[in-house]
Amino acid sequence: MISLLPRYLFNFVFFTLIQVLVLNNIQLSGYINPYLYIIFILTLPFETPGWLLLLLGFTSGMVVDIFSNTPGMHASATVFLAFLRPYALRLMAPRDDYQPGSIPTMGYYGFSWFMRYSILLVLAHHLWLFFIEVFSITHFFSTFLRAVSSTFFTMLLIIISQLFSQGKKQGR
Amino acid sequence: MRNFFRFIVKYHFAILFFIIEAVSLLLVLNYNAYQRSTFLSSSGSFTGGLYQKYNSGAEYLMLREINEDLSRENAYLRSSLPESFKASRDYFNVINDSTSQQEYLYRSARVINNSTNRRFNYITLNKGKLNGIHPEMGVISNRGAVGIVKNVSDNYATVISIINTRLKISAKLKASGFFGSLEWDGDSYQHVYLHDIPRHANVNVGDLIVTSGYSSIFPEGILLGNVDHVELEKGASFYRIRVKLSVDYKNLAFVEVIDHITRNEQVELEKETEDD
Repeated sequence: MISLLPRYLFNFVFFTLIQVLVLNNIQLSGYINPYLYIIFILTLPFETPGWLLLLLGFTSGMVVDIFSNTPGMHASATVFLAFLRPYALRLMAPRDDYQPGSIPTMGYYGFSWFMRYSILLVLAHHLWLFFIEVFSITHFFSTFLRAVSSTFFTMLLIIISQLFSQGKKQGR
Repeated sequence: MRNFFRFIVKYHFAILFFIIEAVSLLLVLNYNAYQRSTFLSSSGSFTGGLYQKYNSGAEYLMLREINEDLSRENAYLRSSLPESFKASRDYFNVINDSTSQQEYLYRSARVINNSTNRRFNYITLNKGKLNGIHPEMGVISNRGAVGIVKNVSDNYATVISIINTRLKISAKLKASGFFGSLEWDGDSYQHVYLHDIPRHANVNVGDLIVTSGYSSIFPEGILLGNVDHVELEKGASFYRIRVKLSVDYKNLAFVEVIDHITRNEQVELEKETEDD
């Protein structure tokens, strides 16, 4: 457990930097903003206690907020994501449950499991974020479309980053 | 008590979630102007609707008093027609009794010198200290705000005009109320730039820009111009808005100087508050 600490510290710093320095400047056709930093919350170990999950969600969201001048927006969305994570994991549990010592990544549980798990959470996060940003339901459809198309691109980036880190671990 | 603790321990995850979520939403509402304005205005429309309902009921019961008020107002308006005043040499002399709470006085003046081709453009007026003109008074023409009085001599006044890179004016979008500062970039005498409008604001070409009334120099709502070009750079949090000025500085003859009668009171109060 402790041995994972440096790795997650690196993940946190690395993905936050990628987010604020590169991805925040990407705005494809006014619709699509990928938010890769939430992969940090997605790949935390199974044994992470709930309170730590929420606090880490708040911290990582707040850091991105501070860089993009939107206090609270990302924080609230990421806390929501952290809140949903245990339920999503329970919903997606394989028949023989999660193996002790494994973490929820593509390397351990395969492409299709990881896709289902992360699409659900990323979509929830993006919907929350975009609706907080717009703060009304008058443009419901266009906001929804923005969330969905951004989810697509976030997923693309998440999969790519997972492929990169896959090589370091032995498969299951 | 023990049951209470057991409840907290059992549901600590959900409780913690609600607490942290409340904190972040509070942050959103406190620090993001856009969310705050929609939040407040939607609650305002609720209370506003309630008041309107109440008023339409109460109004009917008070028709007699309303009629009286209206006839009194008619009399007042009639008495404030130009014919009811003695016109002095250069301005309408408003009789200053305790019932007329006048806030702004307008004095007409003529432009006798003007420039548009420098970075620091000034205008000279043919009225000065003897005509009741003092520094820091606003100057407008019939087409909109022109500038602010800078120095006065006995018979003349110089005005720092809006097309002067040393002047910043607090301005706002008339439709949405977002305010920012208006600044000239020293380039074209017909265009200035409006800064500090956040990206959440809805800005369209053609929107009217008016004075905000925060500076205690101009009254609220004096026309400055309309939006000519809007630009939002990638990743920027503020718009870059070019404003076409409503006043044509090449063709400026008669202006009015605004005397804000209660200005000193406001400035002193604000200074006192800042010093505290």
